[in-house]
Amino acid sequence: MATETASKILPAGAAAPDFSLHSTPDQLVSLSDFRGAPLILAFYPADWSPVCGDQMALYNEVLAEFHKFKAAIVGISVDGSWCHAAFALDRKLHFPLLSDFEPKGGVARKYGAYRDSDGVTERALFVIDPKGTISWSYLSPVGVNPGADGILDALEALTSKK
Amino acid sequence: MSATASAKLKPPVGANDHIEGPAKAPVTLLEYGDYECPYCGEAYPIVKALQERLGDQVRLVFRNFPLAEAHPHAEHAAEAAEAAAAQGKFWEMHDLLYENQDALEDQDLVQYAEALKLDVPRFVKEMKAGAHLERVRADFSSGVRSGVNGTPTFFINGARHDGPFDLRSLLAAIEEAA
Repeated sequence: MATETASKILPAGAAAPDFSLHSTPDQLVSLSDFRGAPLILAFYPADWSPVCGDQMALYNEVLAEFHKFKAAIVGISVDGSWCHAAFALDRKLHFPLLSDFEPKGGVARKYGAYRDSDGVTERALFVIDPKGTISWSYLSPVGVNPGADGILDALEALTSKK
Repeated sequence: MSATASAKLKPPVGANDHIEGPAKAPVTLLEYGDYECPYCGEAYPIVKALQERLGDQVRLVFRNFPLAEAHPHAEHAAEAAEAAAAQGKFWEMHDLLYENQDALEDQDLVQYAEALKLDVPRFVKEMKAGAHLERVRADFSSGVRSGVNGTPTFFINGARHDGPFDLRSLLAAIEEAA
């Protein structure tokens, strides 16, 4: 699987491509909204994965640790905003899920995080610095929830750099 | 930068941990678990079977990873196990909690303390004061920094086990690590 997907996601140092996506059926969220603070972009394949503490639920539990670094987090998948709304309500998520729905996977493609073969986003993580540059990125095998340790290490590195 | 590719246990197993099995066992199986998580409930008899199969070849370590947003009783249950630990009965309480996952209200926890013949007033006092909450949260943080990605998450000799956790898969992974 490494050869299939290796190093196609945007690396550290690249400018984070802008986006404007629906977080709810009537609300748009843009990259520029997060300028001035670190942002975690978490691409994931789909809502409703059938495990406790799936990737989004885990981040929900770890929000306080992210906030220590003043970082915000958004999840992104190709699910529609109504689906996201139901999922977020069911899992009691306290951060936005964005719909990369139309054109499907358009933002994920810009970040190199789209799986053409499956029509879903990769499990890919990006930490974007307050100026909009990618400071860390990580592509996980699609079946493996990457956890939060890499994100926290990256946020720590970002803070110590200042 | 593949910090998460080879998630490693931080901190390593130490004197503060709940450990069952000989210190010299070649295999250390560590579980980050949540008492209200049904998948941890599924893993519970599997881990027991594994201990039976491997005997003194394995030592088991348990750390708390309550998904408090998803499971409203998980954090209190973890505190109850720690309160029992303070009276020398961690594993007994751990087992009772997993055997009664659908009864984890505060009054149930007190009943388990009674069943284990703990000093119940002390248990209740510590639960009310949140005396063990810090310990539970410290376990949780260590899990996050170690790459725990859900519950249960197992570490075999300090390395995260990413595969399924049925008996056969765990035995195979352990054999590979030993």
